Amino acid sequence: MEQFTLGIAQIAPALGNLDTNLALHDKILREAEGQGVDLLLFPELSLTGYFLKDLVPSVALTARDPRLDLFKQASRKMAIVVGLVEESSDRRFFNAAAHFEDGKLRHLHRKLYLPTYGLFDEHRYFAQGESLRAFDTRLGRMALTICEDLWHPATAYLAALDGAQIILCISASPGRGLRPDGTFANAAAWEHLNRAYAQLFTCFLCYCNRVGYEDGACFWGGSEVIAPTGDVLLKGPQLEEAFLHVGIDRREVRRERIANPLLRDERLDFTLRELKRITRDLERVRRVRGEETP
Amino acid sequence: MKPPVIMPELTLDWDLCTKVLTGFIQSEVRRPGFPRVIVGISGGVDSSLAVTLAAAAMGPENVWGVSMPYKSSSPESVSHARLIADRLGIHFLEIHITPQIDAYFAAYPDADHIRRGNKMARERMTVLYDHSARLGALVLGTSNKTELLLGYGTLYGDMASALNPIGDLYKTQVRGLAAHLDVPPEIIGKAPSADLWAGQTDEGELGFTYEAVDRLLYYMVDRRYELPALIELGFDAAFVQKVFRRVQSSQYKRRPPIIAKVSARTIDRDFRYPRDWGL
Repeated sequence: MEQFTLGIAQIAPALGNLDTNLALHDKILREAEGQGVDLLLFPELSLTGYFLKDLVPSVALTARDPRLDLFKQASRKMAIVVGLVEESSDRRFFNAAAHFEDGKLRHLHRKLYLPTYGLFDEHRYFAQGESLRAFDTRLGRMALTICEDLWHPATAYLAALDGAQIILCISASPGRGLRPDGTFANAAAWEHLNRAYAQLFTCFLCYCNRVGYEDGACFWGGSEVIAPTGDVLLKGPQLEEAFLHVGIDRREVRRERIANPLLRDERLDFTLRELKRITRDLERVRRVRGEETP
Repeated sequence: MKPPVIMPELTLDWDLCTKVLTGFIQSEVRRPGFPRVIVGISGGVDSSLAVTLAAAAMGPENVWGVSMPYKSSSPESVSHARLIADRLGIHFLEIHITPQIDAYFAAYPDADHIRRGNKMARERMTVLYDHSARLGALVLGTSNKTELLLGYGTLYGDMASALNPIGDLYKTQVRGLAAHLDVPPEIIGKAPSADLWAGQTDEGELGFTYEAVDRLLYYMVDRRYELPALIELGFDAAFVQKVFRRVQSSQYKRRPPIIAKVSARTIDRDFRYPRDWGL
């Protein structure tokens, strides 16, 4: 489908309560069906809440858990992205995003970059994802990312080079650094990032952030959809729950890539050659200093 | 009454700040199932702001303000507490703590004003928590970021609360937000005081102004400037040292008591759950 409706559920999940959150998701799925949504995004860890700490194993689901059947069923009518704690067969726990379509779990992304600084402590509780793959859907080729993933430009770069025309990012971003201009410092930074990625990689950037409070921290909302032109197609309210939807016309990708053929002119061989050289140089420096290579 | 002075670095969007803090109160009070809040109101700007935010968040009918004077408390403290309560239309209680304080210190007539002041602060805490149980109301804290960082408060006294909406605002920011929310200027403009003994003022006791220390703390804490960089910024070296020592030496007041580790899983160290666990 060249044109479709994207829905964003800017919700406040309950912390550590799967049943409450499954019921909340179910309610929103019905609302989205009524609105003719083709792809519905829930925020990061939407089934569990964010600052879980030692609750992580208690709310983990394997990819085959029957509690996910709700989404498989609903995905016969629309594609759905949810955030969950995914438990692997070797008992690692991932901050993950699951994409459901046509009654199946189509794609699972494990968060690549786990922030463990400032108010974040993710690497203490979660294992790191190992790969990023764009994937084909009925609505076009997409990539799925989670919050901090997009603070590393390699993620968006790889997604675009892997053919994604739509980058989805689900997020649980706590507002911090309140400023005089009615924004949080980190929210303003997100808005810069989202616009820059959409324009540089001439793709749609769909950002779903949550709201609500956990242990005193507020999640700022402000979900948005940016067109390949950098235009803002949709902007969610600050700090408030909202169900949002917007029309996506993928022909915009073609038009923008004709006007700005940036991806055409990407030089993968050159990038890779330089990356290899830099890696070799860093290894040499570390050897000389007696440091271990990661 | 002149408007409060706020350093450019510390200026916030007051509307957004209000929204964040009232949302915080609504969310963190209602989730544990409490429909009401109770606040000790001293007539000063911190508790006046806390109770103003509480009234906006919960509705004045769900807010109790408690003035708890001792016989030496300034009459202005009680009249300003009553003023803010009347203005907001919240419930107002006046509970005198003189009998129990005097009964206790009858056995310790030589106790200095620090001991007496701490005892009063802790007495007020027990009164608030007693009424918290009586009313089914959570105790809202009124310590600001400046006094928390400087350790300028009584542990388990005025520092005790279930939740604190203003603990991440410096004193000058408290004044700015209070002015934005129409807290009476006579409350905002008077010299800050714990009012534990006659003539006590915060700035007299601390030896510096809130304007100066807030700006220093902002660079020291929020911006992570090292001491030489703070001096480079124009702060007096002795002032920087003094404030840094206060922050360091009061760290214990900002943490729960440390527990001797014996088992495989010790509370707080490797038994880590969110405060909002199950809420």
